[in-house]
Amino acid sequence: MVNLSVDIKGLALKNPVMTASGCSGFGEELTDFYDVSELGGILLKGITLRNRDGNPYPRMAETASGMLNAVGLQNKGVDYFISHIYPRIKDYNTSLIVNVNGSTVEEYVEVTEKIAELDKIAAMELNISCPNVKEGGMAFGVSCPSAEYVTREVRKVYPRPLIVKLSPNVTDVTEIAKAVEGQGADSVSLVNTFLGMAIDAVTRKPLLSTITGGLSGPAIKPIALRMVWQVSRAVKIPVIGLGGIMNATDAIEFFLAGASAIQVGTAIFKDPNIPVQIVQGIREYMYRHNVKDINNLIGGLQV
Amino acid sequence: MLIAKMYMLVIFAGKSTRMKKVVDQFTVVSNIPYNSTNYCITLKSSLPLEKIEAGQFTNVEIPGNKDVFLRRPFSLFEVDYKSNTVSILVKILGKGSKTLTEVQSGEELSLIYPLGKGFTLPSKGEKILAVGGGSGVAPVLHLARNSHLPTEKVHVILGARSASDHIPVDHYSEWATCHYTTDDGSLGIHGVVTSHPLFKDLTQFDRIYACGPLPMMKAVAAQAKLADVSCEVSLENLMACGFGVCLCCIEPTNKGNLCVCTEGPVFNVNNLKW
Repeated sequence: MVNLSVDIKGLALKNPVMTASGCSGFGEELTDFYDVSELGGILLKGITLRNRDGNPYPRMAETASGMLNAVGLQNKGVDYFISHIYPRIKDYNTSLIVNVNGSTVEEYVEVTEKIAELDKIAAMELNISCPNVKEGGMAFGVSCPSAEYVTREVRKVYPRPLIVKLSPNVTDVTEIAKAVEGQGADSVSLVNTFLGMAIDAVTRKPLLSTITGGLSGPAIKPIALRMVWQVSRAVKIPVIGLGGIMNATDAIEFFLAGASAIQVGTAIFKDPNIPVQIVQGIREYMYRHNVKDINNLIGGLQV
Repeated sequence: MLIAKMYMLVIFAGKSTRMKKVVDQFTVVSNIPYNSTNYCITLKSSLPLEKIEAGQFTNVEIPGNKDVFLRRPFSLFEVDYKSNTVSILVKILGKGSKTLTEVQSGEELSLIYPLGKGFTLPSKGEKILAVGGGSGVAPVLHLARNSHLPTEKVHVILGARSASDHIPVDHYSEWATCHYTTDDGSLGIHGVVTSHPLFKDLTQFDRIYACGPLPMMKAVAAQAKLADVSCEVSLENLMACGFGVCLCCIEPTNKGNLCVCTEGPVFNVNNLKW
């Protein structure tokens, strides 16, 4: 037997494979395919204080080895989540993590206070990196003072494990990581999408209604891997890696770069079974390479 | 792989009422070009097919083209539960569909299915009009075949630019009364689908269905509304996942932005902001 369980500073995961926020709904859509208890955790679709309709259509454009999206945090608000969705999903046998968003620090805090009341939510991910909203979102995640401010205020009202999701659209991601670590973040997850755009050369128009959007998929994996490696050496708290992970080998690379757990995002759009296949693939890798404990792989890059 | 699939089936058997969906490897049985842009690809599963409603679709992985990252959605056209085969009608629109039309018999394709909600089937004794244009003829013909009404109660209008763009549908006369329109007059009525004489009196129909280019569907919907006849259309918004997690294929409706892939692709036009 090999050990796949990891502890992200109080967030105990049965295995280090989670689904990324915005890529697996509220978990229910995955249950149409399989039993989600095979997953280490599910990062639920980002929620806000009030209902958001999101951005107009079109919201996606395919790119080389990836895609752009501009969904814009469409969700029905935290109260709807608590009254309608949480009761349906709370007994899933996997770690449920809420992804919290806001236009203002006050909104982040208000949503967090409501989420803190939910016993079956194992942790929260503070999203200061959404590139597709006009107010808040990424704006908080691209400067140290604002990242510190929102982390500090949210930390005050959230007693359980607090993950801060970082944007790659910064000059030095390690500075932001250190800033939120200093304000009590239990871990950081990175990376959110890269700001990009796509143009239709025939019509001369942008392919997204918002002109710019977030790039994800295997196209971004090498950059995400580099950032995870840099951040894991800069902070003492655990790092959760994501960005273009398509298979178990990609996941192993993130562990070696210093990630204590990983999230699978865009790959789910190609095949919802991929997260489960990655768990199995990691297990096979460990048998093949005589690794008894996944924790022995973390940060194991040999340079 | 087979064991994994069976495991998933067992797990699901004891689960909620949510619609079961699968990711399954299909083998290409045939790939028949109907004309320069339309192909009919028939695929066989090694497992018993899931139940498929007319109007539901599959999201197909495009093999061997690194520029095509995402799957492409297609209506499930002809379904044969005895041989476990389905067919899809592929119209070349871009690099994804182009690559797909190059598959050979014996190749494997990954399909996610059955996706979305299908058409509301007519009740016994009703009379229906189903209008299809372009690749939209696939769900419309599937519906006609599954309507379980006498052929004189099932009228299908198929529209195309020219006679050569029409796909062969002679065998559908077993299930429906087929009519044709062409933009150039080379087959059937000269003009667009709504110029067909059947549109002069839509009140003879209990239900109208349409799938095809957006302007065509909107024109059919407008006529149906004038005649006060229930009308369902099948939308083809761009999508990434096809099963409700990416929220990219949204359509503004009376209930807010809804995913075409899970709340549709079939919508009653009264619920749309058209």
